[in-house]
Amino acid sequence: MSEVGKYRIKQLSIFSENRPNRLGAVAKVLKEGKINILGFSIAEGAGYGVIRVLVDRPEIARDLLTKEGFVVKFTEVLAIQMEDRPGGLFDLTDHMKDINIEYGYGYRNPPYAVLIVRVEDIEKGIEQLLAGGLKLLDGTTFH
Amino acid sequence: MPMNAWNPEIELMPKDQLDRLQLKLLKIMARRMYESSPFYHQKMREAGIMPDVIQTLDDVRKLPFMTKKDLRDGYPNKLMMRDRGDLLRYHASSGTTGKPTIVGYTKNDLENWSESLARAMTSFGLGNKDIIQVSNTYGLFSGGLGFHYATEKIGATVIPASTGNTDRQIDMICDLEVTAMACTPSYLMYLGEVAEKKGINLKKDTKLRYGLLGGEPWSDRMRDRIYESMGVKGMNCFGASELSGPLFMECVEQDGIHFWKDLSLLEIVDKDGEPVAPGERGEMVITMLQKEAFPIVRYRMGDITSVMEEDCPCGRNHPRITRIQGRVDDMIIIRGINVFPSQVEHSLMQHPELGNEFQLVVDRKGHLDSMLVKAELKPEAFTDNIIELNALRERISNRLKGVLNVAANVELVQPGTLPRFEGKAKRVVDRREY
Repeated sequence: MSEVGKYRIKQLSIFSENRPNRLGAVAKVLKEGKINILGFSIAEGAGYGVIRVLVDRPEIARDLLTKEGFVVKFTEVLAIQMEDRPGGLFDLTDHMKDINIEYGYGYRNPPYAVLIVRVEDIEKGIEQLLAGGLKLLDGTTFH
Repeated sequence: MPMNAWNPEIELMPKDQLDRLQLKLLKIMARRMYESSPFYHQKMREAGIMPDVIQTLDDVRKLPFMTKKDLRDGYPNKLMMRDRGDLLRYHASSGTTGKPTIVGYTKNDLENWSESLARAMTSFGLGNKDIIQVSNTYGLFSGGLGFHYATEKIGATVIPASTGNTDRQIDMICDLEVTAMACTPSYLMYLGEVAEKKGINLKKDTKLRYGLLGGEPWSDRMRDRIYESMGVKGMNCFGASELSGPLFMECVEQDGIHFWKDLSLLEIVDKDGEPVAPGERGEMVITMLQKEAFPIVRYRMGDITSVMEEDCPCGRNHPRITRIQGRVDDMIIIRGINVFPSQVEHSLMQHPELGNEFQLVVDRKGHLDSMLVKAELKPEAFTDNIIELNALRERISNRLKGVLNVAANVELVQPGTLPRFEGKAKRVVDRREY
């Protein structure tokens, strides 16, 4: 792994078909596996959804979910630390103008906040964000 | 005696005379098949029979059956008995798998087709004063042009509306004083509802009195509802592209569809192909006696019905069938279009992203059919990229529409979640009520 490789965070992407309480089924598997959820979002497709989740033990979570019949894939995302105050996001965006973001979601983790982004070119993204002086969380923060 | 007959000589012919005519035509047809149809010639050879095997009407049972598979194997025109110089038209219907069934017509074939409908239309009183809106699809599908030429034949005015644009259809019914309309029963119900919303009561505000309805299963209950709400008499029609198109209809009695004995020979058989007892239900088998371009000899329609035994009060001694009561295969009809689960399967299998299981859910929203195809996404085809997944769904949906000629909503589901079958797969869930 290159020096910056540690900033590639393993996110679980879970296919969720259009059936009641799919989220509950995912949450149950994670609960029973004693997996902690650190970040989370649901994306809406056409008649299905994709559940995106950051967990403390991604490999185990993937195996448990797969065993239960879920379709799971790892997706690499970046976690950018933000100041937990008005303007925190704005401070970041100034350094992200040239980065093509596919999707993102955030969460608050006092004393700071975190923006999770999936970018088109992750290598370039890391480079530019670091060059802009932003703080990227590395894998050890999560896993 | 009926007041209205298009072809009184044939329509009102006494029974024994009609039987003799039918036997004569059957003999001629058997000879024509033997001499002009390489396909059926071979079938007769394999069965060890010659045209002279036909001595009585019952001898039709000695002729080999034709099935949908014969039509599929005959693509594109291996079954055609005439060369292109004699063909005036082609129609096509979707086959059971990828390839459509192509049917060719000679001048006489087209004549007999419109003749058959003209007799029925005349029987319930349509004529040259009528204005008939044909709202079946025009094109490769035979529904539009079939009624079009029959309407012209009886001297009525035809409005070739085809499908779609319901607002305009209603405008024309009002403004051009349309008296009859050819379409599917569910479309007529839908049109009535749209008209109602526009403040138009079809019963009070228009001259529409007859619906020439077919192409999909429906019920007497639906007929009553159409009559009560719109003042439109629904006349049941039976047909299939293989036979020509929409072909046989009810008479003024609205009690069973007459099959003209000079054009067809009707049998009802059990699952072993043996004749059922009179009046019993079974699979409809049709022989078209006068077709020149495309052979239909003891063709197993797949439709389940029975022949009514009583004579029709209209005075026509041509057999009548009851409403179609089901199918022997898994064909379903959606918005008047025949759909085989095998077609859906064939189309889905073109996408390596999908597994082998699928489910077809048919429902009726308002009065229109909707079809949902559920297919399992292979784990390796799953991507976190919603745009790509949506595009895949779009591709699947477009390919299905191209094959089926009817829109299909596609739902991607998790592998392993659709029902598995050990015996015969039951992939269709039909939630419609007729």
